[in-house]
Amino acid sequence: MARVLVGVKRVIDYAVKIRIKPDKKGVLTDGVKHSMNPFDEIAVEEAVRMKEKKIASEIIAVSCGPAQAQDVIRTALAMGVDKGIHVDIPAKEFETLQPLHVSKMLAKIAQDEKVDIVILGKQAIDDDCNQTAQMTAAVLDWPQATNASKIEKGDKDVTVTREIDGGLEVIKCKLPVVISADLRLNEPRYATLPNIMKAKKKPIKKVTPKDLGVDTAARIEIVSVEEPPVRKGGTIIPDVDTLVAKLKEGGFVP
Amino acid sequence: MLKIARIFQIVERVQSAQLQRFLSTAPVLCGKTVQARAVAEKKPAPEEDLSFVMNVFKGQVESTQIFPFPKTLTEEQRETLEMMIDPTQKFFEEVNDPDKNDALEKVADESLKGLWELGAFTLQVPQDLGGLGLNNTQYARLVEIVGANDLGVGIVLGAHQSIGFKGILLFGNKEQKEKYLPRVSSGEFAAFCLTEPSSGSDAGSIKTRAVLSEDGKHYILNGSKIWISNGGLAEIMTVFAQTPVQDPKTGKTIDKVTAFIVERSFGGVTNGPPEKKMGIKCSNTAEVYYDNVPIPVENVLGGVGNGFKVAMNILNNGRFGMAAALSGTMKTCIKKAVDFATQRTQFGQRIDNFGGIQEKIAKMSMLQYVTESMAYMISGNMDSGSKHYHLEAAISKCFASEAAWYVCDEAIQIMGGMGFMKHTGLERIMRDLRIFRIFEGTNDILRLFVALTGIQYAGASLRELQQAFKNPAANLGLIFGEASKRVVRKVGLSSPPAIEHLVHRDLVGAATMLAKEIDSFGQTIEMILIKYGKGIVNEQFILNRIANATFDIFSSAVALSRASMALSENSDTATHEKLMAQAWTLEAMDRVKINLQYILRGQNLDNFQKMSAISKNVCTAGGVVQLNPLKI
Repeated sequence: MARVLVGVKRVIDYAVKIRIKPDKKGVLTDGVKHSMNPFDEIAVEEAVRMKEKKIASEIIAVSCGPAQAQDVIRTALAMGVDKGIHVDIPAKEFETLQPLHVSKMLAKIAQDEKVDIVILGKQAIDDDCNQTAQMTAAVLDWPQATNASKIEKGDKDVTVTREIDGGLEVIKCKLPVVISADLRLNEPRYATLPNIMKAKKKPIKKVTPKDLGVDTAARIEIVSVEEPPVRKGGTIIPDVDTLVAKLKEGGFVP
Repeated sequence: MLKIARIFQIVERVQSAQLQRFLSTAPVLCGKTVQARAVAEKKPAPEEDLSFVMNVFKGQVESTQIFPFPKTLTEEQRETLEMMIDPTQKFFEEVNDPDKNDALEKVADESLKGLWELGAFTLQVPQDLGGLGLNNTQYARLVEIVGANDLGVGIVLGAHQSIGFKGILLFGNKEQKEKYLPRVSSGEFAAFCLTEPSSGSDAGSIKTRAVLSEDGKHYILNGSKIWISNGGLAEIMTVFAQTPVQDPKTGKTIDKVTAFIVERSFGGVTNGPPEKKMGIKCSNTAEVYYDNVPIPVENVLGGVGNGFKVAMNILNNGRFGMAAALSGTMKTCIKKAVDFATQRTQFGQRIDNFGGIQEKIAKMSMLQYVTESMAYMISGNMDSGSKHYHLEAAISKCFASEAAWYVCDEAIQIMGGMGFMKHTGLERIMRDLRIFRIFEGTNDILRLFVALTGIQYAGASLRELQQAFKNPAANLGLIFGEASKRVVRKVGLSSPPAIEHLVHRDLVGAATMLAKEIDSFGQTIEMILIKYGKGIVNEQFILNRIANATFDIFSSAVALSRASMALSENSDTATHEKLMAQAWTLEAMDRVKINLQYILRGQNLDNFQKMSAISKNVCTAGGVVQLNPLKI
């Protein structure tokens, strides 16, 4: 049976209208509803299903972030994960934390915890990087299966169906492996209230990047964060000829 | 004036002397602790009732349970609750379908299974017995979600845990709890079986009887119950029945109500088909019959002969939940109405620009605000161990059910023809809401309960005063205290209770109005007691108006407390809440004035006689008395 590691990131809830800080150095997070990154929920669900099918023996959820990151670990525990690891990163440092940092930390934990399968969301809905799974595989020098829509575990390998442009690709990877979850992999369950109560008793280990030997000092500087341009009002034109003329004028058609 | 001031001085001196005497005679458990506690909590004399509503009947403000707005959740309880909200909400948005449940006249299988898995049936059962161990405030927050989405499901859940097995939680002994609570937490339905064909509001008149078997090991239960929610599903029932009890004074055997835990598997328990109802159709309502059901004696709940107390406590304990659920329902109605009003254009304007619509939306919002505040105030007080919340809970049930009806009705009115269409969703809500004014104590009976309990309390304090006059030397403090109040009233100086210091400074004006009406209310009650004495029990025209005045006073105090909290925390919605509290209090105090006037003015009292006569005529005629103007 496999030991599975899942990554869970705390992001601003998908339903929240994002607002930018007055100094344009980031987005407002205080008092804003946060949730587990939806793709990470899919990763957790897949791991829990593996455990229910007796394919996985233990599931560990990791979140890198400030103290509130524990909220999403608790959610993962309530969904059926066995234990959590919180990599404590001060809020200020978290703003400039990059996928490379996270992948190094995940790689170290994967080795320490002797996991066989790492499942991560394909991207986080806040920064949309889509890098962490790939980089984690690279740091570990393990095979990678990204954008998975189906995972079947064999004895010493996994068969993963990947969503690629224009179709599906089926690949087979040796274990250990890093997989990233795509939207159609599964439909995550919601945590039931009794499981939320039980999750309170499950352990969360707290570590620092230093414990994992990772230097999280900022490598980038946020110069400016801007709102998307506001949509300009449309105009009604009298006929098709005017429309064609306008489109040509704007350079939209040759 | 000088004389009055002197009386005050004397009174103060006497009172403080009395207080010292009380402290020195207090039981010395541990001298320091008792005194420290007395100082810290200003511990009242034991017979004092801390209910705000109760004390309003004496024209006094008992503020402990109302100001400041109770905040009882610990950090951990708050976190747990926060985690529970999303999954509960998601369940109701994605899995449960209220229209489907309504059409099926039962909770759809998938949804029912999901509710059991979710833990929705066992919110307050202790964790070690298979439940979630939530307190009343946490419970209120979750049922608010239920009420916002599906009141029918709300009744299935409520009939199970708010009344069905609540008796076991409140009165069960260790064995009963350990035996039954895990079962009602894991798939077995519970029901509360009190009402009978000939016994509705008059719960003491039930005919179902349980008689001890000859070997003394069982009670044999016979009778039938009607309109039992979950009656067709329940495996475990709290059943109320008359049992013969020997009166310790006279030695005679009399019937007294006893509560029993009855399992369907005991044998002899059957039920009728599900009733066809106006609303809450997905909940099962059925008659339940008991034919020589043997109940082991250890299944007596709360002691033989204590059944009436058990029943009333269960009902009192669950009432805040209705206010919480219905505040959620009102939110849903308001959302629908506002979505419509902010998009609909007529006469070249969005209709939310019109004063007529604005007044509706404002009133709907205030009713929701007051109901929600009542629910959380009561749950908060219950969580901090209050025993004095019964009148408040009764008011919250009446208020919430009437407010929700009004809000839903006005939402339909704002939406016009669209509101009348089934697919808008308000039609089902309106049908579902109707029962809330009827069940778990009709609003009419609860109004009498509030008025009479309060009057009795005020009357007792008057009697105490009469007693005190028999031995004035020993009761100087009491006499001077009351006498000075009366003197001040007589000389025309108003002595409204102090309340302004309890609210945020922006609400002092409203608080002053409230204090003034509390004072007039107390005086009115005193006059009524003098005028009618015990006879007041039969004056329902008057009692109803007293109850309505109480509702307005309590609701205003609650709104002022909640808005004060928002203002002092400087919350985002503080200004909005302030507007609502101010607008509500002014209108409520106007209504109090009118209600008190009706009680005292001869012309209105005469009108009560007229109405009584009209009713008698109609009842004698068996319907409308007069012919139409055409006489054909």
